[in-house]
Amino acid sequence: MLLRHTPETNTEKTALTVNPAKTCQPVGAMYAALGIHNCLPHSHGSQGCCAYHRSALTRHYKDPIMATTSSFTEGASVFGGQANLMESIHNIFTIYSPDIIAVHTTCLSEVIGDDLKQIINKAAAEGKIPAGKRVIHTNTPSFKGSHVTGFANMTQSMVQYLSESTGKKTGRINVIPGFVEPSDMEEIKRIAAEMGVKTVVFPDTSGVVNSPLEGKFRMYPKGGTVVEDIISAGDSTATLALGRLASLPAAKLLDTKCKVPLFPLDLPIGLRATDAFVDQLRKTAGVSVPESIMVERGQVVDVLTDMHQYFYRKTAALVGDPDHLVSLVQFLTDLDMKITSVVTGTPGGPKFEKAVRACTGDETFVKSGAGADMFLFHQLVKQRKPDLIFGNTYAKYIARDEDIPLIRIGFPIYDRVGHQYFPIVGYRGALRLLEKILTALLDRQDRDAPEESFELVM
Amino acid sequence: MIEILKEREQQVYEKGESRFDLACEKPSLAGSVSQRACVFCGSRVVLYPIADALHLVHGPVGCAAYTWDIRGSVSSGPELHRMSFSTDLSEREVIYGGEKKLYAALTELIEAYKPRAAFVYATCIVGLIGDDVQAVCARVEAEQAIPVIPVHSEGFRGSKKDGYRAACEALFRLVGKDDETPLSPRSINILGDFNLAGETWIIKEYYRRMGVETASCITGDGRVGEIGRSHRASLNVVQCSGSMTYLAQLMKKTYHIPFKRVSYFGIEDTAEALYTVARHFKDAQVLRNTEELVASEVRRIYPEVERFRTSLEGKKAAVYVGGSFKAFSLVKALRHLGIKTVVVGSQTGNKEDYDYLGEICDPGTVIVDDTNPLELSRFMTEKDVDLLIGGVKERPIAYKMGVAFCDHNHERKIALAGFEGMVNFSREVYSSTMSPVWQFSPARIGREARTAVDADVESTKGHGAARC
Ligand code: SF4
Repeated sequence: MLLRHTPETNTEKTALTVNPAKTCQPVGAMYAALGIHNCLPHSHGSQGCCAYHRSALTRHYKDPIMATTSSFTEGASVFGGQANLMESIHNIFTIYSPDIIAVHTTCLSEVIGDDLKQIINKAAAEGKIPAGKRVIHTNTPSFKGSHVTGFANMTQSMVQYLSESTGKKTGRINVIPGFVEPSDMEEIKRIAAEMGVKTVVFPDTSGVVNSPLEGKFRMYPKGGTVVEDIISAGDSTATLALGRLASLPAAKLLDTKCKVPLFPLDLPIGLRATDAFVDQLRKTAGVSVPESIMVERGQVVDVLTDMHQYFYRKTAALVGDPDHLVSLVQFLTDLDMKITSVVTGTPGGPKFEKAVRACTGDETFVKSGAGADMFLFHQLVKQRKPDLIFGNTYAKYIARDEDIPLIRIGFPIYDRVGHQYFPIVGYRGALRLLEKILTALLDRQDRDAPEESFELVM
Repeated sequence: MIEILKEREQQVYEKGESRFDLACEKPSLAGSVSQRACVFCGSRVVLYPIADALHLVHGPVGCAAYTWDIRGSVSSGPELHRMSFSTDLSEREVIYGGEKKLYAALTELIEAYKPRAAFVYATCIVGLIGDDVQAVCARVEAEQAIPVIPVHSEGFRGSKKDGYRAACEALFRLVGKDDETPLSPRSINILGDFNLAGETWIIKEYYRRMGVETASCITGDGRVGEIGRSHRASLNVVQCSGSMTYLAQLMKKTYHIPFKRVSYFGIEDTAEALYTVARHFKDAQVLRNTEELVASEVRRIYPEVERFRTSLEGKKAAVYVGGSFKAFSLVKALRHLGIKTVVVGSQTGNKEDYDYLGEICDPGTVIVDDTNPLELSRFMTEKDVDLLIGGVKERPIAYKMGVAFCDHNHERKIALAGFEGMVNFSREVYSSTMSPVWQFSPARIGREARTAVDADVESTKGHGAARC
């Protein structure tokens, strides 16, 4: 469908984005906020943003996504949104009774220049925040960054507002899992538990956006990091920040605010990144890696060895979020695959490009930020004809036009399920990825094989 | 039990109580989990299906990203509307203004895609930073010789309804441009059908069989050229009245075209719609054609609908949709299936609409304006419904409660309009309501006995498994 609109030769676009490869900050902030137990995300702006963000998350997770809006009207945009937010805070605690409200701004409230910190203080002073309840906020102007930075900002605000150091260490390790699926957060917790490491994982959307069917509608499903844990994160031994863009800002703040040392790591996608994660956990917590984890690792290496000939020289083009891309690229190159192009709408800066190139070399086309959109990605796919495409649901148009298998990874995935329940991080995640990739490659080989070489055994 | 806020008490009504005076058309309460959207959303959904026009969203990237190919309005030709174009404003433009970028983007896009017209949607912050979108559009229009139309859809200017109005104003700029193309004296404009899952095509085909020419579809499978000649049609047939009445009024005032409100949903309403048009032309042949059409279609679909009804009789439904007109038809269509509507509401209904709803609903029905999930789920539990009809955000809520669901909004893959639409609708309602999955839902334990005794309607048809 898009094919007719995408010429193969590179056209210079100077002033616009065609089919964006990112979306705006507030949706990321909303998602992060859902990772706090009993939290109601609040969108400070007009109704539309909140409706869009809830729809986007609902479509991706197929779960009810709750959030409130300040319902700006013309008046608010002239006189400021203070009255709306004050009223919102009052109404939210009265009707929906969350433990905590996590407010994020929208482009509108940013341009008006509402000072959220001051408004929240005023609400507290006027007794609009019941005892024991909390309101936190983050700034997410949509004309900067992307959904990934919005996620990072909200996670950082959790630290800003909540985390404290009392001087009494808990011996726990903080893990900031990054903008990943609830299944991934779950898997990170499982690995740590398996290793006997006590952790605080935040935000943690598992059990919130992939909640079980219980026969009733729950405004606040059972999952999410409880506020007390985020508070006590200031007393942990160390912080592992998974993913530079999504997790580092919060980890850095924990370091400066509460003197919790941080270890930046890539998202544990694929073998090496998972090794690094497990190893860091081991060292930081002073534990040894249990046999059970070694078995999981061994199984990944086993499959990889069994099937390595199918990966040799296969090419892939990737579009998605920077933290994912960095780890994925590493995994794919470890599999002996070649990367043709890597595109992300999120501004990843020179560090992103450097991290990708460290694995791929100079042949690969890498672009992030302004001008990096799906239109560009499509052109690159046309020119370099990869064997596989990795991307979110929007990449399906390109996959169809170019007849190239698509491995769905990232946000949003509207048209398939599984991402909510099966992780791509850790060794189990690596196995799942291997399975997805192999199935795609071998299905293609079967489909294209001439009659005489279409065989039972591969 | 949840509390309904004092401020919202007037927006909920249970039929049978003494006074019926539902408060509506109020902005949502600050801090509510409103299901409503904004002005931009309203404009975007109405104009979106015009397939040979360029739709450029002037603002930060989000608004464009969220409306990228989101609606399922299909086109029989060009598909330019399915692309997502954004000026992707950054901090720089927020400070220094985005006019230059808008001009460059428009020029580049028009040169690359050669559209028949361009719509420029001004989003929230564009209004605030004070870009003169009008002036930029005028300049590009002069240079490129196609209509370049600003759509004033700054999100905060009101609710979705105000976006409809902005869309109508934009559309009106395209009306009256073509005085040449010959048009039958028996021609109409189809207003307010957006060709979800090809629905406009079904309706258009009915009119063709009646001997009525469709001058333009506004905006389902829409074309700039068709809209240009729409002022010479003899009648405007308005379906989604919430969004399109304003355009019809404009056309009446300027071009003296009368308009009729109709609905193509359900058997009676579809038939009534076609008769309304036939009667307008006072032409014996058209009337005969219409009678034949309706009779043969009803004959064709009735047995099928009846079969579904056998199993569905006695079930209860909740309806929560965007426009209230849709709610009317749904209540009637559900009645055809033996299903009682016990909760009904809309995001944007007005006083008249709710009065009418009050008339057609049974006593005890809860009528709500601009509800939120907590309220809605409470009403659903209290009234013990089997089915919810709503939009994207409502679907998982219903499922979590063990309640069947039918999408009557943007996520529709099958046509629900016209006579065949009624069969599709019946099948969808049946397949969800009677699905064996509910026996696994804790909420339904004890109720599934009812499901078990009902024979499987689909299997009685004797051909294949239509369930999936
Ligand atoms: S771009 Fe701005 S107006 Fe649009 S959805 Fe994002 S925050 Fe809201």
